[in-house]
Amino acid sequence: MEDAIPRIELQDTPDGRVVAVRGAWTAADMTSKPAWDALTAQLQSLRRQDHAVRWNLAAMGKLDYLGAQVLWNHWGRHWPTQLQIEPSQRAMLETVAKFTASPPKAAPSDWTEPIALLGRRALGLVDHAKGLVRMVGQLLLDILRLARHPQEGPWRDFSGHLYHIGATALPITALVGFLIGVVLAYLTSQQLRKFGADAFIVNILGISLIRELGPVLAAILIAGRSGSAITAQIGVMRVTEELDAMRVMGIARGFRLVLPRALALALVMPLISLWTTLAALLGGMLAADISMDVTPSFFIQSLPAAVKVANLTLATGKSIVFGLLIALVACHYGLRVEPNTESLGQGTTASVVTSITVVILVDALFAVLFKNVGI
Amino acid sequence: MADPVVEIRKLWTIFQSGDTKSVVHKELDLTVERGEVLSLVGGSGTGKTVLLRQMLGLETPTQGEITVLGKPAAELGKRGAARRVGMLFQHGALFSAFTVLENIAFPLRELRTLPGELSRDAAMVKLQMVGLGPEVADKMPSDLSGGMIKRVALARALIMDPPLLLLDEPTSGLDPESADGFCTLLRSLHKDMALTVVMVTHDLDTLFELSTRIAVLAEQKVIINDVPEKVVAFSHPFIQAFFLGERGQRAMALLKHSPGPN
Repeated sequence: MEDAIPRIELQDTPDGRVVAVRGAWTAADMTSKPAWDALTAQLQSLRRQDHAVRWNLAAMGKLDYLGAQVLWNHWGRHWPTQLQIEPSQRAMLETVAKFTASPPKAAPSDWTEPIALLGRRALGLVDHAKGLVRMVGQLLLDILRLARHPQEGPWRDFSGHLYHIGATALPITALVGFLIGVVLAYLTSQQLRKFGADAFIVNILGISLIRELGPVLAAILIAGRSGSAITAQIGVMRVTEELDAMRVMGIARGFRLVLPRALALALVMPLISLWTTLAALLGGMLAADISMDVTPSFFIQSLPAAVKVANLTLATGKSIVFGLLIALVACHYGLRVEPNTESLGQGTTASVVTSITVVILVDALFAVLFKNVGI
Repeated sequence: MADPVVEIRKLWTIFQSGDTKSVVHKELDLTVERGEVLSLVGGSGTGKTVLLRQMLGLETPTQGEITVLGKPAAELGKRGAARRVGMLFQHGALFSAFTVLENIAFPLRELRTLPGELSRDAAMVKLQMVGLGPEVADKMPSDLSGGMIKRVALARALIMDPPLLLLDEPTSGLDPESADGFCTLLRSLHKDMALTVVMVTHDLDTLFELSTRIAVLAEQKVIINDVPEKVVAFSHPFIQAFFLGERGQRAMALLKHSPGPN
């Protein structure tokens, strides 16, 4: 439709030059790229000419608030000296004139800001540490309470978590473990063959997988999979005020939310770790058979001699600690979520990153403390 | 009367869960004329919000056709929909990652033709038109009260001056004073911006305060669509219970004072 195109026309009348505004100055008609470009070009060229022009809006098609805004900004936020206008258009322009305001300026940046930020970060870290200590203490108290009155325990929750954290994680941990075993066996076999030390593949795979990689891999997978789920579950309970509802009913959230998750993870983690290790050993054994002709029967026979039982104990102990840490970190971040969705997303991300970091830190600590055990 | 903004013809909505089918709308017809404020009322489960969502193209009816501003509703979700229809969701649906001003300017910015300064100016004007001060512009949605969220959401819905505005429970969750303020605001915007409004509401005060017409949903269809006085006089068990109960009597007093169609 020809008449809808927003435009201005210059008319020379006996009283001087008049700018006639034509077409529909509405959001719907102005905002297409060609229309907008044509209109701004016209307004630009008008601005370069003399300022004392008369405006005539009486013949225009439609005007809405966006169109009025464009006109008002073009006039430099003043009324033009001579203006022919309909009452309804004037009302609209008056509204725009009244409400056009620059958005509040952001406070100018200050040289103390970086220092204050550092301080806030440090305090935040202290706050997290405090929260974690408090949570460990609360968990111990809850375990004591459970030991005194086992029949009061949240056993149904516990078994549900066992299934969701443990049983459903079996396929993915097995797959990842198996593939890591294959990769590790292939890579080491290349090196060992150079020295003719083929038989040592059993020692290398045995020690590295059972003592180190099995537990850590399983912990990282579970941290990503269940740690995030726990934070999100508890965080959603905060957003929907379920946590507040529990508190009002006098139900201890440590006992009902943290305890079953922590216990379930402490029980599930060593089992998943063992399962991942077995899958990785299977993968390594197959790869060793294919690439180096180390037969599975030789592999299985020499494994007990290569890896002392202490390694298995260490791995199990480590896994229990990993499980507890993942649960505590996930619950900690879940309970800190603020009742809005953005905070929920941030909390979940922070929970996964922190729990994986904590797992690797603690693993390094174990490696240093137990360097003389089992090797 | 030849200029319907929304036209619904022979609409069927059937929800299927497992083996049970529930028919929500059956052969439903509804027409909304330009400039009206039409309220949809009905008991819970009569599919008022579903109908609103179907008008927006968010849900597809099982059968039948819905035309909004001369085009099928299913085409609404496309680019530039904001210049045709504005929707005020029940809980505001503000983008939590943006500030208030960014939320309001978002539909304009997404066009990518207008300069940022103009979008900001237009958003500032709309922000103040819904009765909020310029100091709110930098706040995040999580820092706002329920009434402010609704106002910001309304400003966002109106940023492109759409001819049709849909409201889902505009005053739910507001205290009576803010609800009254919001009604006044809606009424003045309706007048100033030549809007057509379709709303779902349970609040009888809002209903009589704003509506020029009321459509009652019952028995899976619109049993009556007329001016408030006639709807109240219509004889149907639902209408009797809804309007002539104790709450209804109180709100009906408003009807006598309110200017009605304006």
